[in-house]
Amino acid sequence: MSGDRVGIIGIGQSNFRSRRDDASYPDLVREAVVPAMLDAKLDFDAIDAVVYSLSPDAMVGIGNAERLGVDAVGGRNKRFLRINTGGATGISSVTAAYYHIASGVCDVVLTAGADKVGECGDSQTVLNKIWDPTYERALPLGTINMLAMSAVRYMRRYGMTEEDMAYIAVKNRRQASLNLRAHLRKVVTIEEVMESRVISWPIKLMDCCPQSSGGAAMVLASERFIRDNKLDAVWITGVACRAETYWMGDRMGNNPTAEHADAYALGRSFEQSYRMAGITDPANQVHIAELYAPFSNTEYHAIDAARLVGKPGDSIQRTRDGEFELGGRLPVNPSGGTLCTNAIAVTAMARVAETALQVWGRAGAHQVDGARVGIASGNGGDHQIFGTMVIEA
Amino acid sequence: MELLGRQEVWNITYDHALGETASYFFTQIRDHRKIFGRRCAKTNRVLVPPRAFSDETLLPTTEWVEVGPGGRIEAFTFVYEQFNNLPPPPYSFGYVLLDGADTALGGYFKGVDLTNPREAAEKLAISTRVVTKFAEQRKGDVLDFWFEVE
Repeated sequence: MSGDRVGIIGIGQSNFRSRRDDASYPDLVREAVVPAMLDAKLDFDAIDAVVYSLSPDAMVGIGNAERLGVDAVGGRNKRFLRINTGGATGISSVTAAYYHIASGVCDVVLTAGADKVGECGDSQTVLNKIWDPTYERALPLGTINMLAMSAVRYMRRYGMTEEDMAYIAVKNRRQASLNLRAHLRKVVTIEEVMESRVISWPIKLMDCCPQSSGGAAMVLASERFIRDNKLDAVWITGVACRAETYWMGDRMGNNPTAEHADAYALGRSFEQSYRMAGITDPANQVHIAELYAPFSNTEYHAIDAARLVGKPGDSIQRTRDGEFELGGRLPVNPSGGTLCTNAIAVTAMARVAETALQVWGRAGAHQVDGARVGIASGNGGDHQIFGTMVIEA
Repeated sequence: MELLGRQEVWNITYDHALGETASYFFTQIRDHRKIFGRRCAKTNRVLVPPRAFSDETLLPTTEWVEVGPGGRIEAFTFVYEQFNNLPPPPYSFGYVLLDGADTALGGYFKGVDLTNPREAAEKLAISTRVVTKFAEQRKGDVLDFWFEVE
């Protein structure tokens, strides 16, 4: 042991629901921080810094809502930093907490946040505003139709069908039914997904994530601190984040670097995480994956990018073979994933938290037997900014 | 207990400056029904919509190049859901690689029957040839043009 690893020592998550009319925004943050601190078995004085996880302000309808969140995370008189990388915010926040410790500046860092997407009546209107005001804003761009265009290209390159997409929705809903914290827990059939109304073809209602409200928090610490205080931990052994071009039209056309069907920068980020963790054969060395996929089709290119299959597109048949189901060879999104719960500011933190719980053996009814090595990812912006982690027991 | 709520509407006005590169692009569309890209001298790639620099070489682009009006479909979708403050459905839009360009430009597709999305998807399949059409009244905006199957 080098003695300079970074460990996860505490995790707290809300039960995610569409609305939480009983809780204000800071109340929801608090709801995640309190169990995370109990889990870490630390007094709040031990926290050296707080990384605040908060995606676009307009989604919660509070400008710079980290101001309101400072009290909820006990950030008064501590190092404090807000992170926003859209859908990747949660994993970017854990990454920033990791850097605080890996740099030697801090021993114990809390990262936390919450979202109330269910209170925003216009989430696609908010997300339309992430496109540039010069060339593309006048088009009705949003995250759903942007990823519908990725699906259309994935269909063309790899032969994915609408029914293949439905398989992912059915798998993840079945897994979410075992996860008490998940938002959409009702089991659905292929037929129900196929017959659900078309939102942005080929994406149908049941291919889409919900708008969720809830919070998440994690406590990270240095290996030295963990050993000195005899704390229980799982370890972040690989961490990376990568971005690709803003321009969706540059991800197609003649010889694009980052093909829009795929998740190019996510793949590069996974490569870097694996190298750091010493993983050379992820398909055989990884036991569980929580991959950010807010629409069913995007789980395929996430599996491809994580190199859990031999070549892009193989994820389709391997999913049909049941390989990525809970109980299968390498379960993907055993929690139900982003497809069943999406509180945007913390949804990528939930990917990290769920992976950590799995390798810790504490995931509950959706535990993957014998999981010791897990991976997590987050995607943000217009499918542009990605974060990845390897977490080991 | 009784739980209360409070409704809020944000209505914020911005007056965005488009800058020199986009201003040239849009005035050519408005005044001459022509679409231009910018060439990167190092890679020879023509960026559409035009940008003042290449994100790959990080060098300034050096030359205006007229592209289109023909092209091929690179991506499309059909939207059937009403989103607040976005257009009434159904509509179709996507990206087209215009002749002479190396990157794709976003725009609406018109003239496609969207009654059945699976049939419409065959009509707008990736690689299908399209042509750019221009509105009679143009104001210098991406809505001044759209694409139709040739």
